[in-house]
Amino acid sequence: MSEDTEAVDVIVVGAGLAGIACAYRLALAGRSVVLVERGTTAGSKNVSGGRLYTYALEAVEPGLTRAAPFERAVVREQIVMMDDDRSMTVSLAGPPAAAGDLPASVTVLRSRFDAWFADRAEAAGVMLATGIRVDSLLIEDGRVVGIMAGGEEMRAGVVVAADGVNSFLAREAGLVGELSAHAVGIGVKEVIALDAATIEDRFGVGPGEGAATLMLGCTAGVHGGAFLYTNSGSVSLGIVVSPDQMTASGTTTHGMLQALKAHPALRPLIAGGTTLEYAAHLVREDGWRGVPKRLARGGFLVTGEAAGFVLNLGYTVRGMDLALVSGVAAAEAIVAGGDLETAYRAALDRSGLPATMRAADGYADLMGIERLYRTYPGLVLDVVQSMFTVDARAPRPLRTQVRAAMRANHVPLRAVLRDGLVGVRSI
Amino acid sequence: MSVQPMSVPDLLGRDQFEVDEDEPHIVVDVRICATCADKPCVAVCPAQLYTLGADGALTFDHAGCLECGTCRVVCRAGGIVRWTYPRGTFGVNYRQG
Repeated sequence: MSEDTEAVDVIVVGAGLAGIACAYRLALAGRSVVLVERGTTAGSKNVSGGRLYTYALEAVEPGLTRAAPFERAVVREQIVMMDDDRSMTVSLAGPPAAAGDLPASVTVLRSRFDAWFADRAEAAGVMLATGIRVDSLLIEDGRVVGIMAGGEEMRAGVVVAADGVNSFLAREAGLVGELSAHAVGIGVKEVIALDAATIEDRFGVGPGEGAATLMLGCTAGVHGGAFLYTNSGSVSLGIVVSPDQMTASGTTTHGMLQALKAHPALRPLIAGGTTLEYAAHLVREDGWRGVPKRLARGGFLVTGEAAGFVLNLGYTVRGMDLALVSGVAAAEAIVAGGDLETAYRAALDRSGLPATMRAADGYADLMGIERLYRTYPGLVLDVVQSMFTVDARAPRPLRTQVRAAMRANHVPLRAVLRDGLVGVRSI
Repeated sequence: MSVQPMSVPDLLGRDQFEVDEDEPHIVVDVRICATCADKPCVAVCPAQLYTLGADGALTFDHAGCLECGTCRVVCRAGGIVRWTYPRGTFGVNYRQG
């Protein structure tokens, strides 16, 4: 269009963790990079549950974790099984299994974290262009040569789509199809302000330390779960549920989250808190099966959540670390040159991301066990409660108590065996 | 004191929005929605922007959209005829994220 449109080496679309990591590494390698972001600042459109595994920050640049404005270092891992009014918590605390003195994972709030990360990328030479929505790709002779935004074209040698789970660019490029409703969870989150000392008291952690809690059995039987992460001066409480099953459940995402806040296991943890923000985000749940066969075409590649690089293992959710690692791999592929797909696959293989995702492939089957979301938490709570119930009568053998609980929960033995087999095979 | 359940308008009131009055980023054709039996958008939208009137008819408002994309993913009847992100600088501005 206009003659004065100067082409850059790379345009990265989306200032999330994948996009910033990619742009940063490209700038460090001497490439000219424009990082285009539709929000007014980097981070203003970005939402996560809140836990980031630090190995990935170190993969972007050694020492980055120490410099990063994270919220708290996770030193306590908790899993809560619940029904309408009961709960059982498994809490793991102790020396963190981390390399050196680095915490293995930290909690983050994306508005603050991503703004810092983008600043760092800018300091390395990345040109950050905020407030610009990319409308489409610029394609000539079958090759992506730039983007269109607000009626203007911007040209580049390579365009990187780091535009998130809804990636319109990857779809336009023909690399991915429409997202299917059963391949995603809808995540809804409240950030609730609490003072630091209260957080440390309630979660049994020291200053700068935090807890990561995952909850099962709080989604009205709908495939999904909940999370609670401690930040510096707030907690992030959210649910992730299958939108595919919501209509039949007779409840809403909002209703589920509000019911969770009132649950006896949660209420004391957030008492006195003030909700600062309400946010939502789609979470890919199809793992490696959801990653497209091709990740690149001439002049274009897709990275981060846009490429489906998200893992939901039930007890832990990984999106941000895979975003960082894949963003780095994208930058390495572009610097390597040659066929983008080949170079990108090779860089990803070096990062370990495909191996990690393939190893977790069976978890989709485990997560597909319907009884996991209401029946089994209820069953476990019944059994444990009966173990702790003491009265004047002779105690029944545990196996009798288990059978009684199974009957009460309408779970036939063959169903447990079948689900158990699926579970064992998948992990 | 404990945290009370909050209504959707209360929750959205905690967020900051720059609503694009000129160009809605989501366009819904309610005539198509009238042919959709289960209307999954109503249950899944965390901002409850899809509401049913007393007559069962669907209404939609793009102000308050959290830009998650769930409605687009669950829409089977095709009543959502356009779903884009808001124009640059418009829409929700997360201050926590």
